[in-house]
Amino acid sequence: MKRFLLIMIVTLAVLFVSSPVYSADAVKIGMVTTLSTKAGYLGEDIRDGFKLAINQSSGKLGGVSVELLVDDDTRKPGKGKQIADRFIKRDGVKIMTGIVFSNVAMAVVPKVVRDGVIYVSPNAGPSALAGKQCHKNYFNTAWQNDNLHEATGSYVNEAGYENVYILAPNYPAGKDALAGFKRFYKGNIAGEVYTKLGQSDYAAELAALRAAKPDAVFFFLPGGMGINFIKQYAQAGLNKSIPLTGPAFSFDERLLGAVGEAAVGVINGSQWSADLDNPANKQFVAAFRKAYGRTPTLYASQGYDTALAIGAALKAVNGDISDMDAFRSALKKAEFASVRGNFKFGSNQHPVQDIYVRKVVKGADGKYTNVIHKKAFTNHVDAYASQCKY
Amino acid sequence: MLLFIEQLFNGLQLGVMLFLMSAGLTLVFGIMRVINLAHGSLYMMGAYIAATVVQHSGSFILALLTALAATALLGMLIEVIVLRRLYKRDHLDQVLATFGLILFFNELTRIVWGRQPLFMDVPGWLSETIEIIPGAPYPSYRLAIISVGILAAVFLYLMFTRTRLGMKIRAGAANREMVAALGVNITLLNTLIFGLGALLAALAGAMAGPILAVESGMGESILILTFVVIVIGGIGSIRGAFIGAILVGIVETLGKFALPLLLRLMLPPASADGTGASLASMSVYILMAAVLIWRPRGLFPAHD
Repeated sequence: MKRFLLIMIVTLAVLFVSSPVYSADAVKIGMVTTLSTKAGYLGEDIRDGFKLAINQSSGKLGGVSVELLVDDDTRKPGKGKQIADRFIKRDGVKIMTGIVFSNVAMAVVPKVVRDGVIYVSPNAGPSALAGKQCHKNYFNTAWQNDNLHEATGSYVNEAGYENVYILAPNYPAGKDALAGFKRFYKGNIAGEVYTKLGQSDYAAELAALRAAKPDAVFFFLPGGMGINFIKQYAQAGLNKSIPLTGPAFSFDERLLGAVGEAAVGVINGSQWSADLDNPANKQFVAAFRKAYGRTPTLYASQGYDTALAIGAALKAVNGDISDMDAFRSALKKAEFASVRGNFKFGSNQHPVQDIYVRKVVKGADGKYTNVIHKKAFTNHVDAYASQCKY
Repeated sequence: MLLFIEQLFNGLQLGVMLFLMSAGLTLVFGIMRVINLAHGSLYMMGAYIAATVVQHSGSFILALLTALAATALLGMLIEVIVLRRLYKRDHLDQVLATFGLILFFNELTRIVWGRQPLFMDVPGWLSETIEIIPGAPYPSYRLAIISVGILAAVFLYLMFTRTRLGMKIRAGAANREMVAALGVNITLLNTLIFGLGALLAALAGAMAGPILAVESGMGESILILTFVVIVIGGIGSIRGAFIGAILVGIVETLGKFALPLLLRLMLPPASADGTGASLASMSVYILMAAVLIWRPRGLFPAHD
């Protein structure tokens, strides 16, 4: 009897867990993203930006009901693959998004696009997927990895620095970062260092950096890695003598909240900023602050834009994604008002967009944020577009 | 040369951190014969408690003291509830039970503090640099860690050689049954030792908080090195743990610094750094293998 009861309870539990309540015609969107580890807030902001777009039109994107499935890849390629597999096989997902880290993207994206899933990247933009390994089912609404580093490199070059120490984590996006920086920076490289992805303690790197005596430091360390690096940089007394610079990933608003005064005045390259003056952005920043009680980061803006891009395509096909060719060509038109202003897809389905350099300031509310310093590039196309042949 | 000395200091700092961890682990292993995989969880709990108290009170000293007291209590509680039942079982049961504790504490921190790590600030009065060697300013917080670690080592040394409690612990390590037969309350002694180990782990965790990020699972990465340290030093020996920890800290840091430089003579930077980092992690295990070939029971074995 006991055993029978137990079996019954387990069966009931399984039934309840496996039948989520949603309207029958909702389009499922699978989001594989990083919600834990030191970079967990990156995925959190992408998810929250994406959800904001859905909530603003009461559960719909482009007038079509959608159901967002989210899972945490814990920054591990293997875990990302498992989740993607489950989304496709168990949930029948046809549209996917969300990956933060390029090493996870390289493990997941080539396989899912081959299986006929449309993948729209809200962050990771590894050079391989923009060039030789591009695929008609792969879109990127953020940037190709090199882009923001290129803008910073161009600024550092113009500002007249001649001996720069450069540092990034050892994974595809880290290599793209330094390649992008060097494409526009023409001076001497005082040192080129690759750290471990997820590293916390930079004492050994900082000692070597001090000994190299550079006139500036360019570093790409997203999330908690950047928080630790900037703090330890200040503790070692280096911020008084050698200025820091980097992409927006090393100076987003949540990171600035953690490092405080140590980053004020730093110049960084970004395709978006909270003070960008266009109606779509003003509306987005105000709505995000109201919904979540914090200033959005660039990651949140990318999540929001990705949702709008998918929404525009869903609207064009009336929510019918049985014809993937129609959905794909609708998506490619990018008929949505991006919060960053100018936006269109280039020949390799990566953004053609303006890129700015921003400056870290202390806002009137006492919180640290970024303001646009100047525009670095207009309608910038990534360096790999010409290698992409469908 | 200055760079080399600075990296030696970095190695020393990692070394005293490892010592604080391995002192507790080696005592528990040496005296109670229990493999406690959950030692890293105590380190993590120490860091979480310290980070929480800092956020609410702003005082680093208060945070440190609270973390030490609370984690020592937690350690004694774990001993009474879980480990006490495992002394007579074989090592596999102990490994499984304490591995279960790791999962429990990692999940607990996710439930209580969330998935995102906490970031602690270095206290203001330790955020400057000190120029101990002219030309190489060194962060005063890292110097503070080195000093605290050495003070803890001196304290343990005095406790073991000069106090009655230390004598009982050493006797317990040498022959448990005999000490019990002589009328020492070995059950209470075990609980106290476990509490002391937890306290040292919490000290390491709370001191590491401002340098690392306080996150779920942070204990596992240091636990592996800690086991290497106690194997090198000789299981059950505090002196061995100290020497082993400093050795491992310096080998790891200097390897991480020098190997990529050497490899850069042959390879492009990205692969040189990748390979160099892997070789540096390997160097610690090579050191362990070399020590074990030379002295199969570690440098200072506690039992013969």
